[in-house]
Amino acid sequence: MIGRIVEKVGASGVFLFFVVVAYIILGIIDFEVVLNTLPVFGRLILRIFPVLILVFGIMFLTNFFFKAESIARILGKGSGLRGWVLAISGGIISSGPIYMWYPLLGDLKEKGMKDSLVAAFLYNRAIKIPLIPMMVYYFGWSFTITLSIYMVLFSIVNGIVVERFARGGKP
Amino acid sequence: MIPSRWKEAFRKTAQGFKRSLPILLGVFMLLSLASTLIPKNLYSKIFTGNQIIDPLIGALVGSIAGGNPLTSYIIGGELRLQGIGMLPITAFIVAWVTVGVIQLPAEALMLGKRFALMRNAISFVAAVIIAILTVLILGWT
Repeated sequence: MIGRIVEKVGASGVFLFFVVVAYIILGIIDFEVVLNTLPVFGRLILRIFPVLILVFGIMFLTNFFFKAESIARILGKGSGLRGWVLAISGGIISSGPIYMWYPLLGDLKEKGMKDSLVAAFLYNRAIKIPLIPMMVYYFGWSFTITLSIYMVLFSIVNGIVVERFARGGKP
Repeated sequence: MIPSRWKEAFRKTAQGFKRSLPILLGVFMLLSLASTLIPKNLYSKIFTGNQIIDPLIGALVGSIAGGNPLTSYIIGGELRLQGIGMLPITAFIVAWVTVGVIQLPAEALMLGKRFALMRNAISFVAAVIIAILTVLILGWT
């Protein structure tokens, strides 16, 4: 029964269903809290919308210009240093919240992008050039530069370790 | 007349998006809920002053909270003014942007369960290590 529902609506539908159920339960307990989330939700959607369009555009261009084989060549096994540079710089340049990039990365992964490069891309989403002045304001230049260098270095470590463990230690 | 290559690329992209939309919507709803339920002043109350436990608490809270990095800088800055050490603050800031407990189900659905669990677990450990290294190299406490 549950298996058939999951098959019909997909795991993503089940996930959304559970979130809606959580909201309903919370609404029964304290309806005001649910009401208070509505403006937060609205602001979030408004902020995210341009990024959503950007991600859609990049996905469209990827599907238009690249076949799975070329993605696998650029970001797959044997992509070497170029793959790392692309993943790290892509992660730093990309804007918006991390979860907005899951659809694109999932798509690229299906086409052959390595787990290590997906992980490195996601890790470098932490370094946001437009926000550097704010970090400098709060913590100073030395902290900002040191932390940013460590983040880039650890994104490589993170990628290598994730690749090894995500495949159950298989090379 | 739109060339078929364009149509095909659009169809593929739209299909990919259709699959992801319920997950993204669920994440938006969870983030809105977390943002409403967790008061900002809660963060300053949970640190103990212990140099070993506080970075772990910082990384843990950063992992659960998540959101715009700017918010983590503001909270981090406020915590610093309240006398919290840079070790837990750094772990908090790094975990905030690299670990995502709220979006973990979405990451697992779109990038694979094993990948998502491993990536987040390793990023959590890395947040503590980066905090220790950063504070050590700068000679801060």
